[in-house]
Amino acid sequence: MFGYMGKILRINLTTGVIGTEDLDFELAKKYIGGRGLGTKMYMDEVDPQIDPFAAENKIIFINGPLTGTATPTGGRYMVVTKSPLTGCIASSNSGGEWGAYLKYAGYDAIIIEGKASLPVYINIEEEKVEILPALDIWGKYTSETSAALKEKHPDSKVLTIGPSGEKLSQMAAIMNENDRAAGRSGVGAVMGSKNLKAITVKGAQKPVIANPDGLKAVTKECRGMLKENGVTGGGLPTYGTAVLVNIINEHGVYPTNNFQGGHDPGAEAVSGETLTEEYLIKRNPCHHCPIGCGRWVKSEHSPEGVGGPEYETLWVFAGDLGINDMNIVIDANYWCNEFGLDTISAGATLAAAMELYQRGYITDEMLDDDVILKFGNAESVIHWLKKMGKREGFGDLLARGSYRLADFFGVPEYSMSVKKQDLPAYDPRGIQGMGLQYATSNRGGCHVRGYLISPEILGLPEKLDRFELAGKPVWAKIFQDLTALIDSTGLCLFTSFALGAQQYADMLNEVLGTEWTADDILLAGERIWNLEKLFNLEAGISPEEDTLPPRFLEEEMPEGPTKGWVHKLDELLPLYYQERGWDEDGIPTDERLEKLGL
Amino acid sequence: MAISIKLFANFREGRGKIVQMDYTPGMTGQDVIDALGITAPEIAAIIVDGVDGKVDAMLTVPVKDGGYLAIFPPVAGG
Ligand code: SF4
Repeated sequence: MFGYMGKILRINLTTGVIGTEDLDFELAKKYIGGRGLGTKMYMDEVDPQIDPFAAENKIIFINGPLTGTATPTGGRYMVVTKSPLTGCIASSNSGGEWGAYLKYAGYDAIIIEGKASLPVYINIEEEKVEILPALDIWGKYTSETSAALKEKHPDSKVLTIGPSGEKLSQMAAIMNENDRAAGRSGVGAVMGSKNLKAITVKGAQKPVIANPDGLKAVTKECRGMLKENGVTGGGLPTYGTAVLVNIINEHGVYPTNNFQGGHDPGAEAVSGETLTEEYLIKRNPCHHCPIGCGRWVKSEHSPEGVGGPEYETLWVFAGDLGINDMNIVIDANYWCNEFGLDTISAGATLAAAMELYQRGYITDEMLDDDVILKFGNAESVIHWLKKMGKREGFGDLLARGSYRLADFFGVPEYSMSVKKQDLPAYDPRGIQGMGLQYATSNRGGCHVRGYLISPEILGLPEKLDRFELAGKPVWAKIFQDLTALIDSTGLCLFTSFALGAQQYADMLNEVLGTEWTADDILLAGERIWNLEKLFNLEAGISPEEDTLPPRFLEEEMPEGPTKGWVHKLDELLPLYYQERGWDEDGIPTDERLEKLGL
Repeated sequence: MAISIKLFANFREGRGKIVQMDYTPGMTGQDVIDALGITAPEIAAIIVDGVDGKVDAMLTVPVKDGGYLAIFPPVAGG
């Protein structure tokens, strides 16, 4: 068996039984790995109707076949479970080093089942796998947890949840290497529900490569393409993802005050250019990554600096809250990492709370005369973020995310979310294709389930008219399928700014000994997309949830270069379903499923 | 009057964030980038007076007196 390690670790936290199983190679090739194979394995074992916090639920940590190989960015892992935030399939991806180390420990995946009676962590050192007590680290921040576990297991990599995961916040992330996150869909809370605090891994095994010389050649070619490309060889290494602040803002699709506006005249203060000039200490790349978009920045929390904010984080703790203070954003990012909170959903929940305050639903009395949750009120951000993390007072309501918060007041329309997951930093009214992708994303509001920002705003690989509807369903499908494939390989999505389907096929072929074409792997991506859709349907997520908050469908953008636009989802959605080969209600047809081998 | 050119990312190197340029009737984005020493292939996105489009087409659009351009090299993220 090439590429994969061939072994899956199964750990039952109720019984304490630990076992290994052989990987089904044929199944692995059909679903590739990571997001695809993880979803298939999960669906084969878990009832889609399950309560995500039930002991019978499972959580899978799974690599792709390229994780831990010499391929550029080949170090990513995926967390697959049912999301407590959305009720949809949750696949949450993370970089850093942990995924590669899981492979070096000799495993393609870990399936966690059951629930420990007391807090535990799992230590994996190749064949030695142990469930150990975690009472001393339960309640600790993620950096404290990592430091304590590094002392016990010096050469291991640590994946952990913070207090938010322990307290079952639907926005809880799983952190590794302190500042890398499987951030979205509340996967950290599923770990917390199992009383599982952390997983440490180390090992010295390597996957066997089908064609080492071929892999060397294709890796060299891909590294060259990444270096030559203006984005992966220039913009991202120099400025990080933060470089998007200005370009998104200038197009009038930079959401302000919970998406009430689309342009922020003060955004330069939190731009990638400002972050680089005034705060950057060094780049902070993930495993085997020649791009290195990660930032390490100045902070009052440590003289050595802390992990820096991504674009989405900059936006959500600045423009979306009506505040433009880089120090607050860096601080908010720091506290999200410490509590183990998804920065997008945490910030978006504060933004929704501020709009609810603006409209009189939240009153000073409800906040116990505490700091006012008001757009522009800088002191409210860290204050309420910590209360959200601790689930203290009104923070307990905030910890449930923007949808449940707004729904509590009877006005869910003020949650800027799709399928209860908060939207990222792009207003769909001025990016029609991206809005379609938001509405149809299998894990709810998301920008990494197909990133049409690339052609519609950034002009990559070619510039599309962002207001035009024609052709967008075709683009949406291709981007979604390719993304599903890349997420299953173990590589970073950012490679796709420079590489195409052919390069991914080449890398997989050299590692696995397959002879796939670009079309073959796009078909695999489509298979994975449809599989996720089937899970959601069986979980009771109706196609009616393929929609956008009413604000985008009814309220014209009030300002800037997108002024006067709404999103035209009703025109795009039927064409998208047709493009996918689904029926008019958005259900995959038997014919299409058969073609996909599902 | 003058027009403003907003520059971003590495286009700022040696040029600054905003460049003011005298307006001459009929001037286009191409005239502007020529004066700045930027070539069309270096540009990934351009906005002329609030309107964006394909770079080559936008460079032929006449700039308004008192108007602005925003010019971006390849940048991305997410
Ligand atoms: S491009 Fe950025 S997120 Fe992707 S692997 Fe590299 S450093 Fe990590």
